[in-house]
Order: sequence, then C-alpha cells, then structure tokens
Amino acid sequence: MWLIRVNMTDLTSSVGPLPDAYQHLGGRGMTSTIVAKEVPPLCHPLGPNNKLVFAPGIVTGTPAPTSARVSAGAKSPLTGGIKESNGGSSWAADLADMQVRALVVEGQAKKNGKFWGLHLLWDAAASQPKVEFFDASEHAGKDLFEVFPKVYAKFGDKISISGCGVSGEYGYGNAGIVYNDPAKGPTRYSGRGGLGSVMGSKGLKLIVLSREGTPGVPITDEALFDQGRKKMIDALRTHDITKPKGALNTYGTAVLINIMNEAGGLPTRNFSSGRFEGAAKTAGEAIFEGNKQRLGKELYNHACSPGCIIQCSNTWHNPDGTEAASCVEYESDWALGANCGIDSLDDIATMVKLCNGYGLDTIETGATIGVIMEAGVIPFGDSQGAINLIHEMGKGTPLGRILGGGTGFAGKAYGMTRVPAVKGQGMPAYEPRAVKGIGITYATSTMGADHTAGYTIAPEILGVSGKQDPLTPEGKAALSRGFQAATAFIDTSGHCLFIAFAVLDIASGMEGMVEECNGVLGTQWTTADIGRVGAEVLKAERAFNEAAGLGKETDRIPEFMRTEPLPPHNQVFDVSDEALDSVYAEL
Amino acid sequence: MRLRVKLFAFLTRYRVGDAHRENLSSGTPFEVDLPEGATLADLLRALQVPDEEVKMTFVNGLAQPEDWQLKDGDEVGIFPPIAGG
Repeated sequence: MWLIRVNMTDLTSSVGPLPDAYQHLGGRGMTSTIVAKEVPPLCHPLGPNNKLVFAPGIVTGTPAPTSARVSAGAKSPLTGGIKESNGGSSWAADLADMQVRALVVEGQAKKNGKFWGLHLLWDAAASQPKVEFFDASEHAGKDLFEVFPKVYAKFGDKISISGCGVSGEYGYGNAGIVYNDPAKGPTRYSGRGGLGSVMGSKGLKLIVLSREGTPGVPITDEALFDQGRKKMIDALRTHDITKPKGALNTYGTAVLINIMNEAGGLPTRNFSSGRFEGAAKTAGEAIFEGNKQRLGKELYNHACSPGCIIQCSNTWHNPDGTEAASCVEYESDWALGANCGIDSLDDIATMVKLCNGYGLDTIETGATIGVIMEAGVIPFGDSQGAINLIHEMGKGTPLGRILGGGTGFAGKAYGMTRVPAVKGQGMPAYEPRAVKGIGITYATSTMGADHTAGYTIAPEILGVSGKQDPLTPEGKAALSRGFQAATAFIDTSGHCLFIAFAVLDIASGMEGMVEECNGVLGTQWTTADIGRVGAEVLKAERAFNEAAGLGKETDRIPEFMRTEPLPPHNQVFDVSDEALDSVYAEL
Repeated sequence: MRLRVKLFAFLTRYRVGDAHRENLSSGTPFEVDLPEGATLADLLRALQVPDEEVKMTFVNGLAQPEDWQLKDGDEVGIFPPIAGG
C-alpha cells in the first residue's frame, strides 16, 4: 500500500510505502491524522504550508457495498479549522484500486496563471503507481461541464477525474472539490469547507486517475471480509429506508423536505421559520411525480458511484424530458429552495447545475443567498435574482467574491446579525431551535456547522435508532457525542454515511461493517471499538482546531437563535454552554 | 370532530378508492371526521393505512405515539420510514 506525495512547488512527486503508523487508517481517519500531524495549525489555508490530502476508506475499492467514498482533508479556508469533506465517485474506488491509501498534495506552484494537472497511473513494470504532471492551464476559467468532456477526450474512458472549478481558482471559502459521476459529469462533490480553493491555491486544477491495470485492494482475510459484506448487504437490502424501491431509491434524499417541514424544523427564509408553505412542491415526492409526468414513466434513482446498492441519486428533468440537473439532493433543494423562499424545482435545478459548473458548494451557496436576501439585495423568492447571484460568483465579480467568501463572510460584508453559521460555515437544512441535538452537532463539530458530523436527526425526527423528542435539550450532548464518534468511524471505513440508517437498526449490519474492515486490515476490532476508533479521530481534529485558535468559545450557536423564538413551536436554542462543552470534554 | 390529515410518500396509495382523496399529491391536506376521543390508531384504521407501514405520526408538528388522543381541529401528518441527509 502506498502513500504518494506531490510537491507543487517544484513539481515533483514521491511514491513510498504506507508508514506503519498509518496501516489501520483510511478515509477521514487518514486525512485528519496527516493534516493534524503535518500541517501547521496557524498556516494560511491558501498558502504553501497547507496540505491537501485524499484518502479512500478502508473498504473502498473492495466489493463491500456502498463504499466508493473518498475523504478530502486540509486546513479549511472557510472555518480556519481542520476539514474532512467526503465524496462518492469512481474516483475513490480507482484511487483505492491503485493501492494508494493517501495522496498528499503539498507546496504551491509559482503563480503565473498556470494550472497543473496530475495523472496517476499504474506502472506495471515497477508494480507501483506513478505520477505525471500535465499542463491544465487550458481548463482554467472554464465551466466544469466544458472541462470534463475534454479531459475524457484526452485521457480516454477508463479514468476518473477530480478537480476544482473557477471558485477554487478564485480562492473562495465556498469552493468544493468535484469528482465525476457515473455519466462522466462534474456533479459529485467534497463540497464543504472550501477545499476546492486549497486545491486551486496550489496551482492544481485536475487529478486524473487511470484504472487500467490497477491491482485492486488486497484483503487480508477473505472469508471474514465476505461474511461482513454479506451482513452489510442484507441490512441494506432489508431496511425500509435503504432497500430497493425504498424511500431513498424512490424519492431521493429530498424525501426529507416534508417531514422536516411537518416537524417545524425546515429552515425557511434565512432561518426565520421552521415551516415553508412551498415545501411539498419541492419535496422528493414532487421530484418523483414530476419526473413521472414529464417522462411518462416512473424513474427510480441511480448510484452516485460504483457498487452502491442504496442508489439515492435523482435526476430532475425538463418539461421536454431532457436532463435538468443531477442530483437535486435534500440539502441543495432546501438551501436554494425553502431557505431562499423559492418553490420552483425547475429554478432550484438550474441553480444546482450552476453550482456544479462553477465548483460551488450548494449548501454554502444557498445559506449565503438567504442572508443576502434578508439584507435586501434581492427579495426572498426571487429565483432569477438568485440565479444571477450565482453567476456573479462564477464570474468572480466584486459582489460574487463577497458571496463566494461564504455565509459568515457575506453576512459581515452586509452588516447582518442573523447569520446562520458556526465557525464561518453555513448551516445545513435542519433548524437547531426545532431539533436540539443537531444544533449541538453544528456547534461542537470540528467541521463547523455540519449535519453529517453527527446526524442526530435519525432518532430526533426519523425514528431511526430509537425516538427522541427533538425539542428537549436533555441528554442531547451525549447523543451528539455518540453520533459524532460513530460517524468518524464510518467516514474512516469508506462506507457512505447512509449505511447508518440500516445498521443503526440492524445489529448484524453494524457487525458486518467491522468484519469488512477486519477482513481488509487484519485487525480484530469489535463493534465496541467503533466509538473508540472514532473518538481518536475526533481528538486529533479537536487538537488541531484548538491549536488553530478554534477552542470551545467557538462551539456556539449564533446569538439570534438563543433570543429569537422560531415558529411554529416558538422555541429558542436552549442548550447550555456547559452541555455544549461537555461534548468534547467527556469524549 | 374534524381533523386535517396529510399522508406522505408511499402512504398516498391509501387514498385510492376515495373519490375525494384519490388525486391528492403527497402532503396535500384533507379532512376526516372521527368520533370524539379517537386516537391516532383509530385514524389509521379509518384510513385503512396498515400500521406496519407507518413510521412517524405528527400531531400539530409534534411526533406522537399511536395511542395519542386527538382533538377537534388537530393537524395530523403520517409518514412511512424515510431518511435522507
């Protein structure tokens, strides 16, 4: 297994064996360990001392279901803290199949408008991967929907692509890292935290992986791995949420719109209400029914990446049956919909596609536009105005750059007090005042406001892994802590976080995940180790953040959420500072 | 008493056969009359929605168990198992 280092300062690379200390790491565990160990916490995120690390998960590249995931990690230009941003793509599996457990991009190319690409391929003679540099300047300043076909034309079909859009070239806090989808489009993202700008700051535009001849992931104990894989498949195929033609496969992640609205926790018009009158028009059911009407047949969702058996990625179609956008995820649908007072799926899809083309994070984009609408730049509900603002971001105009700085930055520029962000990162699609546990996750996560860091929505709203009252703060610090640690393990394993919906309810599925990891690594973990391994990752991240100046004082929810009651339940965020601090103090 | 009821996602299929409700899309409210003292379980029976297909039931925006006693004017939302993120 290999660790590749690429130095962008002198355009050199080295391929070396994976150090012993990293043998049992993957995904987030790998990226956060390397960032915490090697990146000076006080470095400028867009300077030469930051490092951008990619790591496939432990079981990524194997036949384990729903595991083509990659972690991208660095110091975040959005939060100023450590960042791991997870994406699903063939790019993840291809990196793993090249037996690369970590790709570390260091240094900074000299700035003269030139951008470079990396081409990783398998050197059969040397039995190891190798790195070639290529001039990618022709792709600078271009829409990613133009760039990707050209890259496929140059390198052939047997490749995967990652890169940054123009947003990453501009250095926005809101710039994701893009990966190819199964249709070769630029629509899968490590979206959050501005990692696209870390990539762009290094003079790196593209990383192309050739899968030809790659040896695949070695498995230490095949029988154990297979046993675990079967348990995982059984769990995913039988649970109502993850099974074929189940909720995710039929309606996609946007099936959450209606239940969050019903629970009074769907942030609306820049977090001023928990209910949106246009919710049903933008929900997953409306996507399913709208596609049926426009295509004349039922359309079930597809896999974002090879080997996924949940298959939750939707495609929204135009009235003439052509593709409008893929994928309209819950978070994007909400951010550019309810949060902006917009109820047109066609307009939301237009904005999703623009974000994908410019390399923008849809959550950060929608959260930013919500604040700017409240500032009066354009009115709530003005979808054409919102579309224009995204174009400003894509063009890099002065206004676009203010918006591209992210929710917190744009809020400051306009003198706003109602800015839904933690550590500068815009909040996702769940209201902390209506769902207290997720608010604790937003406040305390090492990532800034991030729902995926500890998804307490499962028990608080969805009845998965038990049922808990979303309005009470009681016991929620412990709940969030447990979810954050388990999540760090899943993000390390290489499985998509959505396996949690099944394995939280089906114990054998949870065992299966651990057995798959043991099968690959030769470890002897049990399910009791999930929390321990996850907590080690969190502690490394936390230590980095504290050294970077993000101590517990930054683990707070914006003031307006403590003082302004949210309709319809008229709740404020009433979790004490002591409870928030206990999340990591008692880890 | 009169309730405002919403069925979501797969559960909309249980409107078939009721001329007033058959063409309502997911989450569109309709009115249901039940005797005073009826519970959520009684409502599910009246709608012929199988218990095992229901995961979460909300009354006026708050999740409630099936033995929850309903009142005139309550708004009820009924969901199958769903998730996303």
